Amino acid sequence: MTDAMWGALLLWLLMFLYAMAGSVDFGAGFWSMWYADERELTAGSIANRYLSPLWEVTNVFLVLFAVAVVGLFPGAAFQLGDVLLVPGGLILILLTLRTVFMAYAHAVERHARLLRIISGVTGLLIPALLLSIFAIAEGGFVYISNGHPVLALGHLFTSPVTWSYIALGILSEITLAAVILADFSDVQGDATAFQIYRRHALQLSPIALLAAAACLAIVSAHAPWLAVNLWSEKLWFIGSAICYAGSLVSLLLAVGRQSRLIRAAAVWSVAQYFLATIGYGRAHLPYFLYPTLTVDASFTNSEMFRSVMIVLLIGLAILFPGFLWLWRLFLGRHSGDERPSVPRKEGTRS
Amino acid sequence: MVDHVVLARALFGTTLGFHIIFATLGVGIPLMVLIAEVSYTLTNDHDYLIMARRWTKGFTVLLAVSITTGTTVALQLSLLWPRFMRIVGQVIALPFLIEIFAFFLEAVFMSIYVYAADRIPQRWRIFSVSLVALGAALSALLITDANAFMNTPQGFRFDHGRVTDVHPWQAVFNPALPTSDLHVLISAYMTVPFILATVAAYGLLRRVRSQRERQHQEKALMLCLSLGGLFGIMTAISGDASGKFLAKYQPLKLAAGEGLFHSMRHAPLVVGGWVDAAHQQTIWGIRIPSALSFLATDRWDGYVKGLDAFPRDEWPPLFVHDLFDAMVGCGSLLIVVALGAWLIKTLRRKTDQPFPTWLLWVFVLTGPLALVSIECGWCYGCISRQPWIIYGLMRTADAVTNAPHVGLMFGLFISLYALLGVATILVLVGYFRRHPLTQDIQEPNSGWKRTVWLP
Ligand code: HDD
Ligand code: HEM
Ligand code: HEM
Repeated sequence: MTDAMWGALLLWLLMFLYAMAGSVDFGAGFWSMWYADERELTAGSIANRYLSPLWEVTNVFLVLFAVAVVGLFPGAAFQLGDVLLVPGGLILILLTLRTVFMAYAHAVERHARLLRIISGVTGLLIPALLLSIFAIAEGGFVYISNGHPVLALGHLFTSPVTWSYIALGILSEITLAAVILADFSDVQGDATAFQIYRRHALQLSPIALLAAAACLAIVSAHAPWLAVNLWSEKLWFIGSAICYAGSLVSLLLAVGRQSRLIRAAAVWSVAQYFLATIGYGRAHLPYFLYPTLTVDASFTNSEMFRSVMIVLLIGLAILFPGFLWLWRLFLGRHSGDERPSVPRKEGTRS
Repeated sequence: MVDHVVLARALFGTTLGFHIIFATLGVGIPLMVLIAEVSYTLTNDHDYLIMARRWTKGFTVLLAVSITTGTTVALQLSLLWPRFMRIVGQVIALPFLIEIFAFFLEAVFMSIYVYAADRIPQRWRIFSVSLVALGAALSALLITDANAFMNTPQGFRFDHGRVTDVHPWQAVFNPALPTSDLHVLISAYMTVPFILATVAAYGLLRRVRSQRERQHQEKALMLCLSLGGLFGIMTAISGDASGKFLAKYQPLKLAAGEGLFHSMRHAPLVVGGWVDAAHQQTIWGIRIPSALSFLATDRWDGYVKGLDAFPRDEWPPLFVHDLFDAMVGCGSLLIVVALGAWLIKTLRRKTDQPFPTWLLWVFVLTGPLALVSIECGWCYGCISRQPWIIYGLMRTADAVTNAPHVGLMFGLFISLYALLGVATILVLVGYFRRHPLTQDIQEPNSGWKRTVWLP
C-alpha cells in the first residue's frame, strides 16, 4: 500500500468514527426532543443522560477529521474548501445552533421545551447536509466557470441523488440512536425506556435498509463510474446485509431485558455500517471528488505525512483509553444514579 | 473580485472576533476556578468554594459557545481560504492537530470536575481542574502558534506556488512563537479576573441584602482585581517583548502600528492621533521624543525602520495605529485601576465599605475594557499583516475561495452571532437570577450537582 492509501484509510476510519458517534449524538438529541413532553416516560431523560457527557467528545472527532484532511490531503482540503462554502456554512450554523441551544436548555428551565425542539430539529438536519457532500463527491454538481470550479447549488438540491442521501442520513441516524439508546437504557436498568427504544429500532431499521437500497440504486443510475466499482465490491455489501439480519434477529429476540442480546444488536448494527462504508469507500477510490481530485494527487509531502502520523497515533493512543474511561464513568451501570448524594464531610467542615 | 475578498475577510474576522471572546474566557476561567479551589483548601474559607462553583456554572454555558464557534473557525479556514490551507496542510498542520488532543484533555476532565465534584475528594477536584486549565492553555498556545507562523513563516521553500523542502517542526518553532504565545496566554489570564471583577462589582452595586453577601462579593472583587493587576503588569512586560520582536522581524508592522513614516534614530513614540497617509504624518498625537527607539531597541538612539523603507503596496491600512494604542491604552488603564483599588483598600482598611459607588462603577467597566484590549490586539495583529496572509509569501487576495455567495454567508453568520450573543447573556443572567448568591451561601451543598449540566 502507498502512503497515500494509508492516509486515506486513516481518514476513512476517522470519518467512520465520527459518523457513528455523530449519528448517535444527533439521534439522541432527536429522541430527547420527541419525548420532551412526556413527563412520565423516562425515554427523554435517558437520551439526555447519554448526550450530556458525550457531545463535546463527539465534536472533537469532527474537528479531528477536518484537521486530518488538511494535514494529510491538503489538495483535497483545497478543492473541497473551494466548492463547499455554502453547504459547509449551513452545516456550521446548524451545528452551532444545535449545540448551543442544547446547552441553554439545561440552564433555562422555563423555555427548555422550545430550546430542545430547536436542538432536536437542527440535529436532524446536520447529518442530512453532511451526507449531501457524498452526492457532491460523486461528481456532476461542480461546473467550471472562468476556469474555477463552482458548485451548482440549484442542481444539487433538486437532484434525487441528494435527496436519497438525505433520507438515508436521517433514517440511519435515528435508527442507530434508537438501538444504542435501547442498550443504554438496559445498562441503566430502565425497562420502559428500553422497550420504547427497542420498538423504535424494530420499526425503523427495515425502513433504513430500504432507504439504503434505494440510495444505492439511484446513485448507480446517476454515477455510472461508481456503479461499476460498487458492483465489484458487492461482497462487502452482502456482509453488511448479513449484519443487518443479525441485528434484526437480536432485536426481535431481546424481549425482556437481556443485556447480551441488545448489546449484540448494537454491535451488529455498527458492523453493518462498517462493512457498507468500507464497500462504498473502496468503490469511491481513487477519487475524492470525481473526476478532478484523486487521493494520490492531493496527498501531502512525506515529511508532513510522517509527522502527522506520529502525532495522530500518539494522540489517538492517549485519546482512546481516555474515551473508554469517560464512557465507563458516565455511561456504565448506575452511572446515572439520581440518588441525592450524601453531603461530603469536606463541604461542611468549616 | 475586490468585494469578494473584503467580504471573506469580514466574515472570517467576525467569526474569530466572536470566538475569541469565549475562547479567552475559556482559557482564563479554569485558572480562576483552580485558584479558588486551592484557596479553599488552604484557608478552609467557604466563600472560595462558592466562587469556584458559581464560576464553573457560568463556564459550562460559555464553553458550549466557545466550542461551536471554534469548530466554525477551524472549518471556515478551509472554506474561505482554501489556497492558504493547502500550504498550511503541507507545512504547519501539526499545531492544529496537537490542539485537538488538548481539547480532548480539557473535555474529559471538565466532565469529571463538573459531574463528579460532589463525589470525589478535594485533591482530585484540584487535579482535574488543573488539567482543564492545562488543556485550555495548550489549545490557546497551539493555535497562536499557527498565527505566529503566518507572521514569520519558515520550515519550507516556496517557489512558483509549490512547496518544497518541508520541515514541519521548524515551522512549529518559528521566531514569533515565544513572544506571541506568552502575550496571548498572559493577556487571557489578565482579562478573565477583570471580567469576574465586573460581575462582583455589579453584585455589590445592586441593593445589597445581607452583610454576609457583601463580604463574599468584596472578597471576590479583591481577589480578581489583584490577580488582574498582577497579570496586567506581566501582560505589559510581555507586550513590550512583542514590540521588540516586531522591530526585529516585522518592522513594517511596528511602523504601521506606531505611525512612523520615516526611518530614523531617536524615533518618537506617538500616542493616539490619526495616521494621515496623504500628508505622511501622524496628526493630533502626543509625541514622546526618542521613546519608540527605546521601546523597540532598548536604546534612546536606536534605529527604527519607518514606513518609507517598504514598498507602498505592502503597507497595511494605517488605522492599525489606533487599534494598537487602544490595546495598550486599555491595558495601562486597567493596571492603574487595579493599583488604585489596592491603595484605597489599604488606606481605608478600617471602613466598612471601602469603595464608593462611583468606583464600583469603574470596576464594572474593567471586564469590558479588557475585552476591548483583546479584540484590538488581535485585529492589530491580523490587519497589520495585510496584504499578506502568510507574511511575505502569499497575499490574502490570492488565498480566497472561488465560491460565490460569501455575502450571503456573511449575513447568516452575523445574524447567528447576534442571536448567540444576546441569548447567552440572557441565559446567564436568568440562571443567576434564579440561583442567587444567598442561596449558595445558605445551603452550600444543595442543588450543586443537579443544576450544573455537563459540558
Ligand atoms: C488584555 C489584552 C491585552 C493587553 C492589555 C495588551 N495586549 Fe498586546 N496583544 C493582545 C492582547 C493585549 C493579544 C490579543 O493577545 C495580541 C493579538 C495578537 C497576539 O499575538 O496577541 C496582542 C498583540 C500585541 C502585539 C503584536 C504582536 C504580533 O503581532 O506579533 C504587540 C507589539 C503588543 N501586543 C504589545 C502590547 C503592549 C506593549 C502592551 C502594553 C500594555 C499590550 N500589548 C497590552
Ligand atoms: C482570535 C482572535 C483573532 C481575531 C479577532 C482576528 C481578527 C482578524 C481580522 C479582523 C481579520 C481580517 C483582516 C482584514 O480584514 O484586514 C483576520 C484575518 C485573518 N486571520 Fe485573524 N484574528 C484572530 C486570530 C487569528 C488566528 C489565531 C489565526 C490563524 C491561525 C488567524 C488567521 C487569520 C486569517 C487566515 C485571516 C484571513 C486572511 C487575512 O485577512 O489575513 N487569525 N483576522
Ligand atoms: C484560527 C484560529 C482558531 C481556530 C482554528 C480555533 C479552533 C477551535 C476549535 C475547533 C475549537 C473547538 C474545540 C472542541 O471541539 O472542543 C475551539 C475552542 C477553543 N478555542 Fe479556538 N480557535 C482559534 C482561535 C483561538 C484563539 C486565538 C484562542 C485563544 C487565545 C482559542 C482558544 C480556544 C479555547 C480556549 C477553546 C475552548 C476549547 C475547549 O474548551 O474545548 N482559539 N477553537
